Amino acid sequence: MDIKLKDLIEGKRSVILERWFDAIIETYPTDATGFLKKKQDRFANPVGHAISKGTEGILEVLVGEKELTEDLPFLNDIIKVRAIQDFTPSKAISFVFLLKTVVRETLEKEIRQNQIYDALLRFESKIDDLALFAFNIYVKCREQIYELKTDELKRMTYTLLKKANLMYEIPVPEFEIKDPNCNT
Amino acid sequence: MAKVEKVKTPKPEELSNISYHPPATDWMDTPTEFKPGTYCWGAKEKDLITLGLPNPRQWSPADEDWKVPEGWETTILDGIAERLSKYRSFKVFMDICVRCGACADKCHFYIATGDPKNMPVLRAELLRSVYKKYFTKSGKFLGRLAGARELDMDVLKEWWSYFFQCTECRRCSVFCPYGIDQAEVTIIGRELLNLVGLNIDWISGPAAACYMKGNHLGLEPHAITGNIETMCDDIEEITGIRVNPTFNRKGAEILFVTPSGDFLGEPGIYTCMGYLMLFHELGLDYTWSTYASEGGNFGFFTSNDTAKRLNYKIYAEAKRLGVKYIIGGECGHMWRVLNQYMDTWHGPADFLEVPVSPITGTRFENAKSTKMIHISEFTADLIKHNKLKLDPSRNDHLKVTYHDSCNPSRGMGLLEEPRYIIKSVCNNFYEMPENTIREKTFCCGSGSGLNASENMEQRMRGGFPRANAVRYVQEKHGVNMLANICAVDRAAFPALMDYWCPGVGVTGTTELLANALVMKGEIRRTLDIRLQDLPGKGGNE
Amino acid sequence: MKALLSFLAVIVLILIATLGVDVANLHFLFGIIIPYLAFVMFVGGFVYRVLKWGRSPVPFRIPTTCGQQKSLPWIKQAKIENPTTNLGVVVRMASEIFFFRSLFRNTKTELRVGADGPKLSYGSAKWLWVGSLVFHWSFLIIIVRHLRFFLEPVPYFVQIADSIDGMLQIGLPPIYLTDLFFLLAVTFLFLRRIVIPQVKYISLAADYFPLFMIMSIAISGMLMRYYYRIDIVAVKELALGLVQLHPVIPVGIGAIFYIHLFLICILFAYFPTSKLMHMGGIFLSPTRNMKNNNRMVRHINPWNPELEYHTYEHYEDEFREKMKKAGIPVEKE
Repeated sequence: MDIKLKDLIEGKRSVILERWFDAIIETYPTDATGFLKKKQDRFANPVGHAISKGTEGILEVLVGEKELTEDLPFLNDIIKVRAIQDFTPSKAISFVFLLKTVVRETLEKEIRQNQIYDALLRFESKIDDLALFAFNIYVKCREQIYELKTDELKRMTYTLLKKANLMYEIPVPEFEIKDPNCNT
Repeated sequence: MAKVEKVKTPKPEELSNISYHPPATDWMDTPTEFKPGTYCWGAKEKDLITLGLPNPRQWSPADEDWKVPEGWETTILDGIAERLSKYRSFKVFMDICVRCGACADKCHFYIATGDPKNMPVLRAELLRSVYKKYFTKSGKFLGRLAGARELDMDVLKEWWSYFFQCTECRRCSVFCPYGIDQAEVTIIGRELLNLVGLNIDWISGPAAACYMKGNHLGLEPHAITGNIETMCDDIEEITGIRVNPTFNRKGAEILFVTPSGDFLGEPGIYTCMGYLMLFHELGLDYTWSTYASEGGNFGFFTSNDTAKRLNYKIYAEAKRLGVKYIIGGECGHMWRVLNQYMDTWHGPADFLEVPVSPITGTRFENAKSTKMIHISEFTADLIKHNKLKLDPSRNDHLKVTYHDSCNPSRGMGLLEEPRYIIKSVCNNFYEMPENTIREKTFCCGSGSGLNASENMEQRMRGGFPRANAVRYVQEKHGVNMLANICAVDRAAFPALMDYWCPGVGVTGTTELLANALVMKGEIRRTLDIRLQDLPGKGGNE
Repeated sequence: MKALLSFLAVIVLILIATLGVDVANLHFLFGIIIPYLAFVMFVGGFVYRVLKWGRSPVPFRIPTTCGQQKSLPWIKQAKIENPTTNLGVVVRMASEIFFFRSLFRNTKTELRVGADGPKLSYGSAKWLWVGSLVFHWSFLIIIVRHLRFFLEPVPYFVQIADSIDGMLQIGLPPIYLTDLFFLLAVTFLFLRRIVIPQVKYISLAADYFPLFMIMSIAISGMLMRYYYRIDIVAVKELALGLVQLHPVIPVGIGAIFYIHLFLICILFAYFPTSKLMHMGGIFLSPTRNMKNNNRMVRHINPWNPELEYHTYEHYEDEFREKMKKAGIPVEKE
């Protein structure tokens, strides 16, 4: 990542995070009372907490040297929340793109002065990559919702399935149990 | 006002266009939307007929026309008048709320959605506004200034949506300076909706099954005995001991009643195996009943009458079998009903005796009228008197936290007994943060009949505050097991944990006990109650 | 908008009183008739409402339990939060009524990021509790203090309240502590209604109106005492006259007094029709004023309905063969 841009972003880190957070919260049409905006309160406001912690983590990864991977716990946390909150898929992951606007608006002057449009573009591509990961995670979460339903049905009827010999458990092969190395 | 969301393809600019300033309309002007995944299916015709409830018909909440009978407004208003004259709680709660907002952020649904109508105060206001319009002078004359509004179909749909988004957990009532209990308001609200045939399938189905067959799952007598036989086979495999429970046996000392969820589903059956093992080890003279085979009461989520009709079986069966007293298994709303309603409905239970533990001789004075004690009270007493041989190290692979179910904590106060049992049978026990346990416990998000599968997203939302606290102890202490004393918890938590805190299992308290219970003449245990290898207890160490 | 309407309503009331006394010279109406009317409406309305509540039975014993139940002798019961005795209930109710116990519970858990990592902390949501406590207690003391206008000789406890309240000895007449606290508290209660988004969202015009009324009453009262310095002797003459049912209108009491009195009258008349009835209602709240002794003493429901049940006989008739096959004993072979 471009050192200059990185410095600029880190210099205004809290402003960017604040604006990004606000922009995300404003995607909640029902939050007419501004409840979700109260951050830092993990137990009283887990949604706001997940978003504020998540955005911090994501920004850190974006400006950091580390390679982007899908295994981003922060990204996962935010999307998990949004996957069950009545959003269309596009809206659910739109929060990633909001960061572009926020960075452009916050650093408008600095970017113009320093002429680092290339770096900005590269940064935005990175956000695009992140969005793709976000999409994967979102789909996984939605799939999980459906799995939860079938799993629950299986649990509910566990005894029936077992009695009807419809549950097949793979027997552990004899030799494995007898293998003395197994317990070391 | 009420809208049903139709699937339509959005235009590209609509997708990227994010409203930065949502219209903050007044709640009376905000329409209710019905989105798939956030509401339960409507009650089925056949179930309402079985229960003798009004307006049986096929309908769907997604339809524009809910097929409520002509003149439904009068039915509802008469219903309100009747309930005002029957329940002081309802009357007082309608009149005295000052809207201070202390309850607002205490509701798990509000916390997870931010939807203002999920604030307990506003949920009550949905009904209070109609009450004001038709039953108070100020509302009649001042209308909206006094917070009053007309009753119309949109209001009715809004009620349906939000009274079936309340799990009657009573957390708000703990924080209310006047003790206003939203559960009471929801109970009345649901009764009113039932007057015009508006219930949900997940409640009326089990209630109808329970009425006819004795339990919510609709298990017929031979299915119950068959399932318990299967559990006995498993117990034999685990312990080498054959347990021989009896059913509908006259002359037994004790009748045992538990929620039927424990007969069939996982992990409820393991708790049930725990009961079987414990009672066998004690040599308890007890019987199961296939007629009173349900401790829970989905009628309680329908109407007072339905609840009373379902509850009838417990005392009736105790009387028929001639038992001395009743022990009840682990269940949440079951104990709200048993503790606060059963004796009033069907008492006095003068055909029973004050419960006395045959093992310790403890006389349960706290149940001297109802003659029904909680399994945790019974077990805690046994452990205190050293009547059980326990090996807590069998639970060493578990790091346990305990979820207080809403009803036993806020409708009874059963807080220490289960903790005492867990601490006696597990070496690793960790409490969740103080404000999320005991009387301040967070609901599983699926209580009061909302543990259907079509509303999975709603359940994941409602359970988020609870899961969030579990996750905190998971991260901090490596907690991997969530213990509880509620059948709905056992049914609903596995999904909630899989989604929010993967790796955390769900167990009944008696299952933990059974795992640690050293039974007379048992074989060396290598399997836990789930027939899985006990870590560190391998057969060939 | 809702707040504005309520505010305007109060302004109109003030104007009515001013015009009525200063322009129309309706001293008799504002000084005697309206106070009597308001008193009758207050007492009558209050009693009516409480009787109306009382007429509805309490079919079930449904306390909200906020602590350990009474069960085994070695488990410590929360005798107040989960009472099983009358004393427990009395203490519980008293702590609700005098100290707003449940509002005090309004704690929150926070995960604060400290210097050495995140820390779990509790507390801080006590503002509403403090504000309401100060508000209600000041209100009560102010009412007690006002008894000195209505009673002759002035009872000892009123004199005590008066002297403690004015113990700061600042200014002449000395400033009452409760006046300051009261004004602060009522301002706080108003501000939180418009500042906290959640509370603003749920607030009705009916929530702002009493606040503005009370605020105006307090301000007019303080203006009388500290600024206009109205003739206290004359006021007492009027008050005593009202109490002794020999109403007289002394001359020389300024319009500000009539504004004060008129607003109080309106508030009293409005009281029984409004949420202010929480004062009476809290005593009747079944989740707080009942014992959790359900399993020890049967609670009677006066309208316990007779219903139709699915009896064991019905059940056995339906499943007899299946039961026999499963080895379950039956009544009829």
